[in-house]
Amino acid sequence: MSSTVIITIVSLSLLAFLSSVILFFIARKFKVFEDPRIDEVQAVLPAANCGGCGFAGCRNFAEALVKAETFEGLNCPVGGATVMGDVAKILGKEAPVVDPKVAVLLCNGSPEFRPHTTKYNGVPDCRIAHSLYIGETDCSYGCLGYGDCERACTFDALHMDPVTGLPVITDEKCTSCGACVKACPRNLIELRKKAKKDRKIYVACSNCDKGGPARRACKVACIACSKCVKVCEFDAIKIENNLAYIDALKCTFCRKCVTECPTGSILEINFPPRKQKVEAEAENATANP
Amino acid sequence: MPLLIHDIQYNTETELKTFSTGGVHPPENKLTANCPIQNLPLPQSAAIPVSQHIGAPANIIVNKGDSIKTGQIIAESKGFVSAFIHSSVSGKVNKIDTIIDTSGYRQTAVFIDVEGDEWVDTIDRSDEIVTDINLSSEEILKRCLNSGIVGMGGATFPSHVKLTVPAGKKCDVLIINGVECEPFLTSDHRLMLERGEEVLIGTTILMKALNVTRAMVGIENNKKDAVDHLTKLATGFKGITVHPLKVKYPQGAEKQLIKALINREVPSGRLPLDVNAVVHNVGTAFAVYEAVQKNKPLFERVVAVTGKSVAKPGNYLVRIGTPVSKLIDAAGGVPEDTGKIVSGGPMMGKALINIDVPVVKGTSGIILFPQIESERKAMEPCIRCSKCVLACPLSLEPFLLMTLSMKGMFERAEKEKITDCMECGSCSFECPASRPLVDYIRLGKSTVIKMARERVIKK
Repeated sequence: MSSTVIITIVSLSLLAFLSSVILFFIARKFKVFEDPRIDEVQAVLPAANCGGCGFAGCRNFAEALVKAETFEGLNCPVGGATVMGDVAKILGKEAPVVDPKVAVLLCNGSPEFRPHTTKYNGVPDCRIAHSLYIGETDCSYGCLGYGDCERACTFDALHMDPVTGLPVITDEKCTSCGACVKACPRNLIELRKKAKKDRKIYVACSNCDKGGPARRACKVACIACSKCVKVCEFDAIKIENNLAYIDALKCTFCRKCVTECPTGSILEINFPPRKQKVEAEAENATANP
Repeated sequence: MPLLIHDIQYNTETELKTFSTGGVHPPENKLTANCPIQNLPLPQSAAIPVSQHIGAPANIIVNKGDSIKTGQIIAESKGFVSAFIHSSVSGKVNKIDTIIDTSGYRQTAVFIDVEGDEWVDTIDRSDEIVTDINLSSEEILKRCLNSGIVGMGGATFPSHVKLTVPAGKKCDVLIINGVECEPFLTSDHRLMLERGEEVLIGTTILMKALNVTRAMVGIENNKKDAVDHLTKLATGFKGITVHPLKVKYPQGAEKQLIKALINREVPSGRLPLDVNAVVHNVGTAFAVYEAVQKNKPLFERVVAVTGKSVAKPGNYLVRIGTPVSKLIDAAGGVPEDTGKIVSGGPMMGKALINIDVPVVKGTSGIILFPQIESERKAMEPCIRCSKCVLACPLSLEPFLLMTLSMKGMFERAEKEKITDCMECGSCSFECPASRPLVDYIRLGKSTVIKMARERVIKK
């Protein structure tokens, strides 16, 4: 009886010892070396897996960061300068300064300005509607309003406004990952450089038609009259394909183009309200009688 | 040419030929089958788009202010897969601008103010039917190219491309498509009845161009008068036989018609020429007759204007570039209950944005649907009844393809042969849950094609 127990214990312990020896050598032989810094870098990254950096996920981006000689072209738009600074500290490299960006919608065609001319009865999906026809309005460049961008946003930063039918971007939540840019079949979303106090001046229109048809389709369309180009002192505005574009890097936020634009297609956002012209004149009149 | 075995196996009088896989039976509604073709008066102005065919848009060669004659070339073909565009009216070029055409987008078009109707001198305007074919096959090909002939069934693929048999391939039978399987449409039907002889001469010309001795005209059996008429006429033509077919949608599709008539199956991703056959529409055969025998380029076509509440539905011979509104006026105006106006057939056609859209080479019909019939039903969950699978003439699984493109799984969709889909709409027609199958499959198809193109560029 006792001999059976002893034999069992001894044989099993022998077996265990043998397999542990084998496993030890196998583990040595097939060991895959992985840079421990990858884990460290990944821990710092936001773990959003949004693909904004151009890689499939944060892990892939961490691997690329560890492998890279310099950080040229590598940036986590979600984490921004703080995260990239932390990564640089871990890897002992310098993080280049990348301007934070924010998504803006290059269309302002709410039904008030851009009346509906047809009724779309198909699948509420922008890509499908875009492949079929110009959309419910006469503008073949403007927002279709079926919310592909809203579904693409993983940061809850973009919502469709039920009144205007256009997406509204919450600047504080937007990480400029670019998912909405890719989702929009009409390329209506641009990532623009963030400015102080989230101030923005941009042409909220993408219509490349000539002035006439553009204006007929939408009251706030850019008609390429080039008045803004003439008034701009900093050479920041260019007209291409019947459409004005304001270079965010050159713009100094003087707001002259905004007042000059005859259709109001240039938007100024997060600026303090300016004095009304009539009021200003009245003030002048009272000051100098 | 000896008869092939599978040619004989269908030769029983009790059962008509048809294709084997899938297919549906939408209500026929051929309201205008007994309306003779009428000439539509010339419009005051015509807008002729330069992209009326599959392939590269043509290059405009006229300028603003030019006075032009009917039948004059206004835009030249650019590249092999492209077509010439001719003026359909005489008058002055008013402007070259964009217009929303049947594609739903703005396209460049030549706007012409009509003055009189002066034709180019070389066109034979007599009513006499010319039977003798004097041109060689190369000359026929050239004439088709210069006359801007495209597939008149609706796909508008340039015909000279289909008539050019590439080296290493051969064609042993020409199939003339008189199926007209789409409900409502009757333009091909009337053409066969009223211009039967011209259609058959056109067929003979196409046979000569392709160097084949055999041509088969396939007509669905709901057009018995056309079958009888053409069968009678065909006795006077060598090598042409007329075949009634069992009524089933989409028999008018190339691959299905080939399967029905000669029992050959075109493999996935291949063309009819891979099974030694070429298919042309009866409308194309008629256009080829006019181009070759009368030297008349393609600038007018028969359009059926129809709909259940239309006052005077009919078939009209109309110049390309005429606004659709003119056609509808001729048919008694837009009925009050209209909810949707479709260009083409109800299964594959496209809703129009407005009625100022010009008639183009591919406009086979204008259908006005009442509001009740034009609304889509709300989408419900798939119940896996597999009706779409049974309806698909290409043996695809539409429910799966829809889900795949909905979820963005395009690699998988490619493996499931999404690009084989011809968007015939049989699956959506059969779906009891009103799921927008074709809409999503079209999306997946275009994405997969784009992906494949990018792969080629990368390589």
